[in-house]
Amino acid sequence: MKPGTRLKSAACDTEVMVIRCADGQIECGGAPMGEAKPAEAAPLSSDFSAGTLMGKRYVDADGKYELLCVKPGKGSLSVDGVALVVKDAKPLPASD
Amino acid sequence: MNIALLLEMAAEAASDRVALVCDGKRWTYGDLLDAARGAFELIQESEAEYVALLDESSEAAVIAVFGAALAGVPYCPLNYRLPDADLAALLGRVAPALVVGDEERITRIAGDQGHTIFSREEFTLKVQETVPEPDSREYDPGEGIAIQLFTSGTTAAPKAAILRHSNLLGYILGTVEFASADEADAALVVVPPYHIAGISALMSSIYSLRKIVMLPNFSPEGWLELVHSEAVTNAFVVPTMLARIVDAMEKGVTVNTGSLRAIAYGGGKMPLEVIHKALERFPGAGFTNAYGLTETSSTVALLGPDDHREALASDDPKVRARLTSLGKPIPTVEMQIRGENGEVLGPNEAGEIYVRGDQVSGEYKEKSALDAEGWFPTRDAGYMDEHGYLFLSGRADDVIVRGGENMSPGEIEDVLLTHPAIADACACAIPSVEWGETVGAALVTREGHDAPSEDELKTLVRSRLRSSRVPEKIRFVDELPYNEMGKLLRRKVKEVLAN
Repeated sequence: MKPGTRLKSAACDTEVMVIRCADGQIECGGAPMGEAKPAEAAPLSSDFSAGTLMGKRYVDADGKYELLCVKPGKGSLSVDGVALVVKDAKPLPASD
Repeated sequence: MNIALLLEMAAEAASDRVALVCDGKRWTYGDLLDAARGAFELIQESEAEYVALLDESSEAAVIAVFGAALAGVPYCPLNYRLPDADLAALLGRVAPALVVGDEERITRIAGDQGHTIFSREEFTLKVQETVPEPDSREYDPGEGIAIQLFTSGTTAAPKAAILRHSNLLGYILGTVEFASADEADAALVVVPPYHIAGISALMSSIYSLRKIVMLPNFSPEGWLELVHSEAVTNAFVVPTMLARIVDAMEKGVTVNTGSLRAIAYGGGKMPLEVIHKALERFPGAGFTNAYGLTETSSTVALLGPDDHREALASDDPKVRARLTSLGKPIPTVEMQIRGENGEVLGPNEAGEIYVRGDQVSGEYKEKSALDAEGWFPTRDAGYMDEHGYLFLSGRADDVIVRGGENMSPGEIEDVLLTHPAIADACACAIPSVEWGETVGAALVTREGHDAPSEDELKTLVRSRLRSSRVPEKIRFVDELPYNEMGKLLRRKVKEVLAN
């Protein structure tokens, strides 16, 4: 896995771009994400069903992972079972 | 990651929303993405190693930048105001390229360089006719160079500054919230396409889903008319444009500009008089002064609307002076002021401005200017006050070294400009047998005033600064030479003063 990889959810429509990552397992809706969609959809885990929002960046507490949502879906993101949280951009007063 | 992602996401979220208005034509995000994918096909076919643009702002600039990104070749917008010989040399440096724009001129000056040449109309039409096939295409992963910009070359030959996909995405993802604009928002883009502010305006507008309104050829009347007819909410201008807009309003051009909420400016020094008048003329707009360089993917520091208002309302001269500052570094960028030996300086100590961050490329085609820790020396001289506000005193190369003493032209100019009869001032180094360099000044007299005597001006400088700052040579000129972006061409002033 490297930055720039596009990952798809096995459990919903969610797609993310990897901005930063380490060796852990990236999941969506409780199921591992992959570059291709599996033939058979994985079940959506109720613990990871809060949804992933278009254009939001998701990070872990240690700052090792950062994922950009490029397609929204019902599942929510996690790494090795630990939920990721939204990282806000630091919007500037319109400067350009 | 590829900068084309910005447009892909916009099209994914709002395919039918209007993205761009130019010359009365409207383009949706879906239209632009299809056209960029069409451009990919054309670029692949041409086997070009660059995509160059020799044209004013139009939809072609947007299509070319994202088409080039998808194809994995650098996009290189060129300054069409350059003389033929200079332009031919730059085109030679990007050959073979797919060149879009003034077909007749490109053919005449660089027809033998192996380029594939399209007029704007032909390019725009062709990319729409080409049926994009995104599913069967391998688009570039975006690990390389997205944009190559030739620096304006006010001090030396133009350098090829390089911006990687990662620099531009670092800037946009770090500072713009996706889809954050209201559907009624509209940004008026009037900066030429070869300027970094013109490029970052396109990217941040597209990522925030803010409609872009393009004015290819600036005139104050045209600008005001578009603000009114397209209900423009955001605009970026260079100081000379703002001066001309305010001037036109003073001379009686009246349109309703009530939709304007934000006016940003940058690219050169804003005269205090102009910003004061503009604040009066646009009471409903928040003003932002943005400071950035080509090599930093645009803005690295800014003075926001609240700072402007506070400065205007304050009785404290230090707070009022913030109107001439560049504000504070943006949260995603680190900034330091360093002295001659590279030591980090404290508040109010003047030195060279260094920046570091994802968006900072600091890279030229020939070599990287970053130091071992990733810091970029901007060659801009300045200082930060005790509250972290950045003040610019000029280019580091413009520093006047008189007998080993460093002097910034800005402090001398500021004093000269306090004289009621002086409208514009440029101080620069002139050769001196005794000191190596000494201070020369070119001055413009204000309309309706007589030129003050040299003695009077020298006494003025001596009363405020050390005597070494007193200009040894003073010359009155009709006007100072600026380039079209409002940058003072000190090199030319030096020539005038040397004669």
